[in-house]
Amino acid sequence: MFAFVLSRLLQAVPVMLVVALISFAMFAYVGDPVSIMLGQDFTEAQRDALVRDLGLDQPFFVQFARFVGNAIQGEFGLSYRLSRPVAELIAERAPATLELASCAAAIALFVGVPMGVFTGLYRQSWLSRFFLTFSLIGVSLPTFLIGILLILIFSVWLGWLPSFGRGDTVQIGSWSTGFLTGSGLKALVLPAITLGLFQLTLIMRLVRAEMLEVLRTDYIKFARARGLADRSVNFGHALKNTLVPVITIAGLQFGSIIAFAIVTETVFQWPGMGLLFIQSVGAADIPVMAAYLLLIALVFVTINLVVDLLYYAVDPRLRADRGASARGT
Amino acid sequence: MTAAPPLLEVRNLRVEFPSRRGTLVALHDVSFSIAPGEILGVVGESGAGKSMTGAAIIRLLEPPGRIAGGQILLEGRRIDNLSQDEMRRIRGRRIGAIFQDPLTTLNPLYTVGRQLTETMQTHLDLSGSEARARAIGWLEMVGIPAAAQRIDSYPHEFSGGMRQRVVIALALCAEPRLVVADEPTTALDVSIQAQVIALLKRLAREKNTSMMLVTHDMGVIAETADRVAVMYAGRVVEIGPVREVVKHPHHPYSIGLMNSIPPLDHRVERLAQIDGAMPRLNAVPPGCPYNPRCPKVFDRCIVERPDLLDAGSTRAACWLYDPAEPPHV
Ligand SMILES: Nc1ncnc2c1ncn2[C@@H]1O[C@H](COP(=O)(O)OP(=O)(O)OP(=O)(O)O)[C@@H](O)[C@H]1O
Ligand code: SF4
Ligand SMILES: [Mg+2]
Repeated sequence: MFAFVLSRLLQAVPVMLVVALISFAMFAYVGDPVSIMLGQDFTEAQRDALVRDLGLDQPFFVQFARFVGNAIQGEFGLSYRLSRPVAELIAERAPATLELASCAAAIALFVGVPMGVFTGLYRQSWLSRFFLTFSLIGVSLPTFLIGILLILIFSVWLGWLPSFGRGDTVQIGSWSTGFLTGSGLKALVLPAITLGLFQLTLIMRLVRAEMLEVLRTDYIKFARARGLADRSVNFGHALKNTLVPVITIAGLQFGSIIAFAIVTETVFQWPGMGLLFIQSVGAADIPVMAAYLLLIALVFVTINLVVDLLYYAVDPRLRADRGASARGT
Repeated sequence: MTAAPPLLEVRNLRVEFPSRRGTLVALHDVSFSIAPGEILGVVGESGAGKSMTGAAIIRLLEPPGRIAGGQILLEGRRIDNLSQDEMRRIRGRRIGAIFQDPLTTLNPLYTVGRQLTETMQTHLDLSGSEARARAIGWLEMVGIPAAAQRIDSYPHEFSGGMRQRVVIALALCAEPRLVVADEPTTALDVSIQAQVIALLKRLAREKNTSMMLVTHDMGVIAETADRVAVMYAGRVVEIGPVREVVKHPHHPYSIGLMNSIPPLDHRVERLAQIDGAMPRLNAVPPGCPYNPRCPKVFDRCIVERPDLLDAGSTRAACWLYDPAEPPHV
């Protein structure tokens, strides 16, 4: 078990290094940080001093090593645009994105899985057909359009829900949460649905396909032949066997939910990391962009690890002590 | 045949598969009975309807397949018209089933102990610890070494032969009166087929359980069955005591089948082919379905379909045994 986790962690290192190299390359080759920071008026001496300060006169690998070293300590320098430490900016924005992403993921999972099970079990029912048609819409409409449509209906026409921002937040330590105020919760609804809808339909279709597959297997027929209750066959034997692929996709989807929050945050002016990133792109604020890129990579790598551990918990065939158990005849 | 009332009685069973191109009749007027404690062997070429008959009895026909006529009686009570829920209480409890491939009939994600206890607790009033104790007992009974330890193993930790023993335990653990065993050894290594059949026969005898044993192995039939039904194109074409059907078959198809067995000192795994092929369900000829291949075919066979007729020691669906016919040679 420990060896398994360790090997997965070691596999993650090269991935992170490659991403670090890409973000560093942005630093080194995209835009000119010195002129951005100095603005229009500067002397040669000021310029040289800044180049030395930033270490831009050092060889490439020294610079890269220092970049990685700093990144590990969460040190990404100052934002060009806001002249504040990048780490501080991201820490400020992270709660908004994480709360939005978790709500979206929860919606996708807790609505998507039951809908998938239902459409798998009752293929012929009109509700299943409705869900499937609905899921086509979810898959094919672009996120920003869904967001705009929701705003149009629920904010502009009905006036039930706010169309932008996070509402009131409560500060708990360094975490600002919107979960504790009415306006915070209301503000979450539309962006969370917008962000989660695509993943919801994806998970629903996946669970449905897996259910159909599993329901055809011999072990499900055998479970029925033993007279087990439908509930235990459908929601125990069958659903559990669909979990392995669902965990993979759902895990990866959570990564993309955080990554794709950029669009939703822009549509709803949601003060999260995605919005920060977009604003930074507009201002060529390389340190923020580099840090964001690394952070997203870290999220994906972590999720991969968690997914592997979940597999391990769900599927006994993957457990490493398999070799130890005797295979009699 | 004994005078005891039959445990299972199948009367004129008809199974249809409605399809866009018309209705396929998979089983046609299938009738037979099984006495308490009796083992009925069922043989016939691939596609003859053997598995279909078993599936119809436990009412797990693949949709859109349905029982379109006839009756199935268990201990004198009709079970072909029970609701799915009433039928569920019969499956496992009154009629057990054993499938062909032990590698696919066990749920890979549950321990064998869990699969046994849930089956017993579904049908019998047992506490968790009672069920577990009985599960260990069953594993011992089917010959799993170190049953008390292996009960918490997953299916993948057992070999094919051991898994089929687990399947047998699962089929018998709620003490059904009848077991439908569909080619229980076909998927197993030749070297262990005999052991598994011997186990099945011993348990059936000990528990006085009746069995419908589908197999391609005439050696198994000769050693295990009390009576044999020969199926062809969805019909029972001959039925009678095992010795008679194997040694002195009456129906030309049975004669062909038995002649295709090599001398007794060579065990056969598969029936050798008779010239020609069994007709597809949508192309069964009028009259006797065997007439295109029958060496003794005569005029009446082309137009009129024979029912099971008294042929001395067995009953055969062949006009040769109609007392009204002049003797044919
Ligand atoms: N879903 C289905 N739709 C239409 N016909 C089917 C379907 N399933 C099976 N059949 C047909 O029913 C007939 C009987 O099949 P069955 O599986 O009972 O044969 P079998 O005697 O068990 O053969 P085998 O020895 O190969 O197991 C076959 O001709 C098969 O093609
Ligand atoms: S009825 Fe005719 S065709 Fe059919 S088996 Fe008998 S002799 Fe052959
Ligand atoms: Mg079969």
